[in-house]
Amino acid sequence: MKLKYVNLLAVGALIALGACNNDDDATPMPVTYVQEDQMARPAINTVFVSAGDKDTFNGTVPSAQNAAFGTKFKDRLMALNPGYTTNLLGLDAATFTGVLSTDVLSVALSGPTTFYDGTHVLTGRKLNDDVITVELILLFGGPDATANPMLTDDHVDANDKGFLDTFPYLATPH
Amino acid sequence: MKAKTIDLRRSLAALLAVGVISSATYLIAADHIDAPAVTGKASDITDFYAFESPSNSSNLVFVVNTQGLLAPMATAAAAFDSDVMLEVNVDNSSNKDNLEDLVLQVTFENGKVQVYGPVAPIEKGLSSTLVTTGNKVEADISTYAGSPMTGEANGIKVFAGPRDDPFFFDLDQYKKVIAGTASGFNNPGTDTFAGTNVMSVVIELPKSLLGSGTLNAWATTNRKN
Repeated sequence: MKLKYVNLLAVGALIALGACNNDDDATPMPVTYVQEDQMARPAINTVFVSAGDKDTFNGTVPSAQNAAFGTKFKDRLMALNPGYTTNLLGLDAATFTGVLSTDVLSVALSGPTTFYDGTHVLTGRKLNDDVITVELILLFGGPDATANPMLTDDHVDANDKGFLDTFPYLATPH
Repeated sequence: MKAKTIDLRRSLAALLAVGVISSATYLIAADHIDAPAVTGKASDITDFYAFESPSNSSNLVFVVNTQGLLAPMATAAAAFDSDVMLEVNVDNSSNKDNLEDLVLQVTFENGKVQVYGPVAPIEKGLSSTLVTTGNKVEADISTYAGSPMTGEANGIKVFAGPRDDPFFFDLDQYKKVIAGTASGFNNPGTDTFAGTNVMSVVIELPKSLLGSGTLNAWATTNRKN
């Protein structure tokens, strides 16, 4: 009885497969996926999300991240830098972490694309942008970027290999 | 000057307190090894870049890097996973609701990389269905030893394969600061990512396929059901 049931299932599966394979006009079976990792701005999950929340953050869509993590990001910022008032962008702690906790990268379709070049802020991310130093300045540098000078620059200002002028732009592997 | 010194001490005291909780378990980098569920897998994103093409100002380039900190000796054996679809999500709405209006979907099959889109997704959010009805461009996946293989169709270019990790950061010194064993960064610093590789996907496409004005964009990896 049990064996017959298995056989019936197998026949059913074969019929189903046959139906897919024999009809050239049939729409292919849709292939579906479930999200496992996400990233936009550098170092957001790694710096601002606690160990126990890291997988949850990767499984939260950007439109829901601020509601789920905004307060935790603010607490983390104030733990990292209890003296935080505002930063070079003039953002207070709540506003700054409100921006950070929705992890998307804004990208301008006209004009320079850069994480920060002294004039343009968050209009993209280039390969040679010193994103860590920018983030350290925004976290620790205070309103005029002069606070905590030992913490605002890792003094690694460029990649170890030069980038290419042509596609695919990244350097050959080591 | 005195006030600055006090601020610095306060910051370091806080860094020390935080470090006790979190620094032992996780490396802190761009997004390298960011979470336990993806660490060591082909789905671990290390970095996401979006910039105007240096060779054509009408084009935008997206880079999604995965599998960070590959030593040269380990790079030839590194591979993309045919069960992992990589996605670039684009919100081009005027109100910026941070929901994806367009996706580029990247799959890996039989030594080739396929890019589908940009196209409106069938559903938004954590589940994704491969949309095969729009633009498609394909290329051989580049090998460690070989020259880069690229594909192009309808103005969209793709590369997939091992590359130098373009990320740079004195991660080791940062960890010392967090752990309270150093008072700040060294000058010059040491790039922890020097000499390491990533598995990279680079896509260049006309900006006109993405909308106008400003986009919000993010990268995801997604495992086949």
